[in-house]
Amino acid sequence: MVIANEFDYRRPATLAEATEILTNHTGSVRILAGGTDLVAWLRDDAIAPDLVVDIKNVPGLNDLRLDGNDLHIGALVTFTDLIESDVVNEHAPLLAEMSETVASQGIRNRATMVGNICSAVPSCDAGPVLLAYDTTVHVTGPDGDRTIDINEWFVGLRQTARTDDEVVTHLTIALRSHGGVYVKLMRYGGEDLAQAAVGIIAYPDHEYRVAFGAVAPTPIRSARIEEALRGKPLDDALVAEVVAMVRDEITPITDMRASAEYRTHMTEVMLKRGLVAATERLAGAGPAYGTRLI
Amino acid sequence: MNLKIKVNGEDWVLDVAPADTLLDVLRERIGIKSPKIGCERGDCGSCTILMDGRTIRSCLVLAVEADDHDITTVEGISYEGISELQTLFLENNSFQCGFCTPGIVLSATELLEHNPNPTRHDVQEALAGNLCRCTGYEPIIDAVLAAGRGGTE
Repeated sequence: MVIANEFDYRRPATLAEATEILTNHTGSVRILAGGTDLVAWLRDDAIAPDLVVDIKNVPGLNDLRLDGNDLHIGALVTFTDLIESDVVNEHAPLLAEMSETVASQGIRNRATMVGNICSAVPSCDAGPVLLAYDTTVHVTGPDGDRTIDINEWFVGLRQTARTDDEVVTHLTIALRSHGGVYVKLMRYGGEDLAQAAVGIIAYPDHEYRVAFGAVAPTPIRSARIEEALRGKPLDDALVAEVVAMVRDEITPITDMRASAEYRTHMTEVMLKRGLVAATERLAGAGPAYGTRLI
Repeated sequence: MNLKIKVNGEDWVLDVAPADTLLDVLRERIGIKSPKIGCERGDCGSCTILMDGRTIRSCLVLAVEADDHDITTVEGISYEGISELQTLFLENNSFQCGFCTPGIVLSATELLEHNPNPTRHDVQEALAGNLCRCTGYEPIIDAVLAAGRGGTE
């Protein structure tokens, strides 16, 4: 089946050229990075841009490095890049753990993490983890550069705080000692979208970040659960207390992949196991990163 | 649009439309038929090819994106006789209809390139995105494991 929609294709050689193209274009436009969502959506006629701007020739967007304590992840960094990165595996193995659950090898070789949050589907795997990391999204546009707090990024189903004339250049994550976990429920191992997902980071002194995927129109943080966990040693009673809060924090739907009730129940289970694992990992113990907890 | 592309070591220059997928250009313009038109949404893996040595879904790549890139299909690894991995596919009865086989051979080739001695779990993970409706997967996994051990059981 061919892509029915006709569009122009531009491949700018610099960020300035990309911005100029996006600024001067008056019709509908899409930015192309890995394309694993974009080309599927084009074929489905879910989107019909009259211009596609491929940013893969823009230099510098592949950067994946540590600047002091800031992990810098360029817009073109793929999930495979993250899995194979020494910097990621040493300083933020949670990103590799999450990346390994994304689709299949052939998709991970192409799909970018920034593209994942730009597509902003409810089940996007990067969402809960980047929320838990309090990631900063760096964009550039006609008015120059600006940063967007990841907590302000997801504004609705497939909608983000980025405007059409802006390009995401990179993400930064301010790293400090932490233990993290990404737990993803799928119908089968490999290749499936999340039915429900939990991303958790444990920081020293009983400080937690808790985020969920595929159980609301966007990936979401739970400030209430984080507040309930703050400053208290994790024990069975505390876990039970916050697990009981899950039902009021998420708004899952029933669809072909799972029922709302199943998603809710499994989110509770995943939060319970995830909190324990993240806390153990913070202490240098617990299951190795990449171990499936469900 | 002008597309300059290397396919199995051969240089091609073609005029393509922005909406043409790499899969369609390989099959219809260049005549390489091993990448199959399956689900056309990245789920089945039958259109898998190697771009610059890594597997990609050619149904999810616009042909113009492949400009200046190096493409290898299963034809490209078979010009001088079939590979050891392909021989092991024959010996292990690792295919029946063969529709998925080019994609699976390329996925396994990429795996063995990066991980010459994969575990069964490694093979399962690497091939998780390649669907096969005939074999039940076990003969495929056996062949790749055998290749990882240098062809011996």
